Amino acid sequence: MIWDWRYALEILPDLIRALGVTVQATLLGMLIALVLGLVWAMLRRLPNRWIAGTIHWSVEFVRSTPLLVQIYFIFFILPDRGLTLSPFVAGVLALGLHYSTYTAEVYRAGIEGVPKGQWEAAMALNMGPWLTWRRVILPQAIPPVIPALGNYLIAMFKDTPMLAAIAVMELLQTAKLMGSETFRYLEPLTLVGLLFLAVSLVASRGVRKLETHFAGR
Amino acid sequence: MTLIALIPPLMKGLWITVGVTLGGALVAAVAAFAAGLARLSRHRWLNVPALVYIDVFRGTSALVQLFWAYFALPLFGVKLDAVTVGILVLGLNVGAYGAEVVRGAILAVPTDQYEAALALNFSDRQITWRIVLPQALPAMLPAFGNLLIELLKATALVSLITLGDLTFQAQVLRGATLQSAQIFSLVLIIYFALAMALTWGVRQLERRLAVGQDRGGLHR
Repeated sequence: MIWDWRYALEILPDLIRALGVTVQATLLGMLIALVLGLVWAMLRRLPNRWIAGTIHWSVEFVRSTPLLVQIYFIFFILPDRGLTLSPFVAGVLALGLHYSTYTAEVYRAGIEGVPKGQWEAAMALNMGPWLTWRRVILPQAIPPVIPALGNYLIAMFKDTPMLAAIAVMELLQTAKLMGSETFRYLEPLTLVGLLFLAVSLVASRGVRKLETHFAGR
Repeated sequence: MTLIALIPPLMKGLWITVGVTLGGALVAAVAAFAAGLARLSRHRWLNVPALVYIDVFRGTSALVQLFWAYFALPLFGVKLDAVTVGILVLGLNVGAYGAEVVRGAILAVPTDQYEAALALNFSDRQITWRIVLPQALPAMLPAFGNLLIELLKATALVSLITLGDLTFQAQVLRGATLQSAQIFSLVLIIYFALAMALTWGVRQLERRLAVGQDRGGLHR
C-alpha cells in the first residue's frame, strides 16, 4: 500500500471545490458568531440581574457542551417544531451559536478594557445607552480584540468537519465518500489534512500580522 | 419512553466518555510537557520535531485526525481499535495546545530565578525540577482547566469512529425512540455536569498548588 499520485491528483479538484463549502460554512458561521456574541456581551452588562444571570449561564452551558451534540440538537429537533432546515443551514447555525459563546468572552474583555471615565463622560454629555454603546464604547472596545476574534475564526474553520455528521458535503464528508467508493482512504484523508494545515497556517500568519498591526496603535 | 428510562442506556456511554476524557488527559499532559520543554531546548533535534508536532496537530482538525488515524493509518499496517485511536489522537491534539501553555508559563518565570539558582550551583536538571516547574505549574493550571473542557467536548467526536460514547448512545436511542428533544437535552445536561465537575476539580488543585506561593492564588 503506497501513495498513489495519479489518484491523488484525480481527486484534488473535487476536494478543492469541497473546501469552498467548508470556507462558506466558516464565514457564514462567523458572521452569526460575531453578531450573537456581541448581543450576549451587551446583554450581560444590563443592570437587570435576572437577564444578565440567565445570559451568563446560558453562554456557559453552550460553551461547555460539545458542538457535535448541538449540531444534532438543531438538526433533529427543529423539524419536530415544524421548522425543517437543510443540513448546511442547521450546521452553520450550530457553528455560529457555539462560537458566539467564545466571541462573547472576547468582546467582554474588550468592553472591560474601556476606561470607566468613558462611560461617565458619555453620561455627562447626556447620551442615551444606545448612543453610548454605538459611538463611544464599541469603537474603542472592538479594534483591540480583532486578533482574538481571528483566532476563533481559525478554530471554527477546524470544527467545520463536524458538519459531516449530518451529511453536509464539506471537505471531510467529500473525502469520506471518495474513500468508501474506492476503498482508498489514505489519499483523500491525507489531502484533507494537508488542505486544513495549509489554510490554517496561512490564516494564523494573518492573525499574527493583525496582532502587530493593532499593537502598534 | 419516560425520561428515567432513557438514563440507563446513556450511562453505558457515559463511562466511555469519562474513560476517553481521563485517558486523553493523561496523554495530553505527557505530550504537553514533553513538547513544551522540547520547544525550549537549545538542541535543534528536540526543538524542530516539537514544533512540527505542535503545528500539525494544531493546524488540522481533530475530527480529520481521528479519521486519518482510524481509516488511513491501518493501510500502513498500524491497526488500532477505536478506543486507542480516540485516546491517543484527542490526547495528542489537546497536548499540542497544552505545549504552548507549558512553554508560555515557563517563559514567564522571572530570569533572576534562573540566575539565583545558577549562583547557588544548581544543575540544569535541578533548576528545571526544583525551581522552574514548581513556579510555572500554578500559572498553567487555569489554561489546563480550559483545555480539559475542550477535551471533554472533543470526546463526542469518537462517536463518529464507531465508539459507543455518550453521543453515540444518544444517536442509537434517537433512532429507536425518536424522542430527539428529550434525549439530546438530557445528554447536553450530562455533558454540562461533567464540565462543571472538571472545572471544580481543577479549581481545588489550583488552590492546593497555590499554598506557599507568594503570588496568584492566595486571594482567590
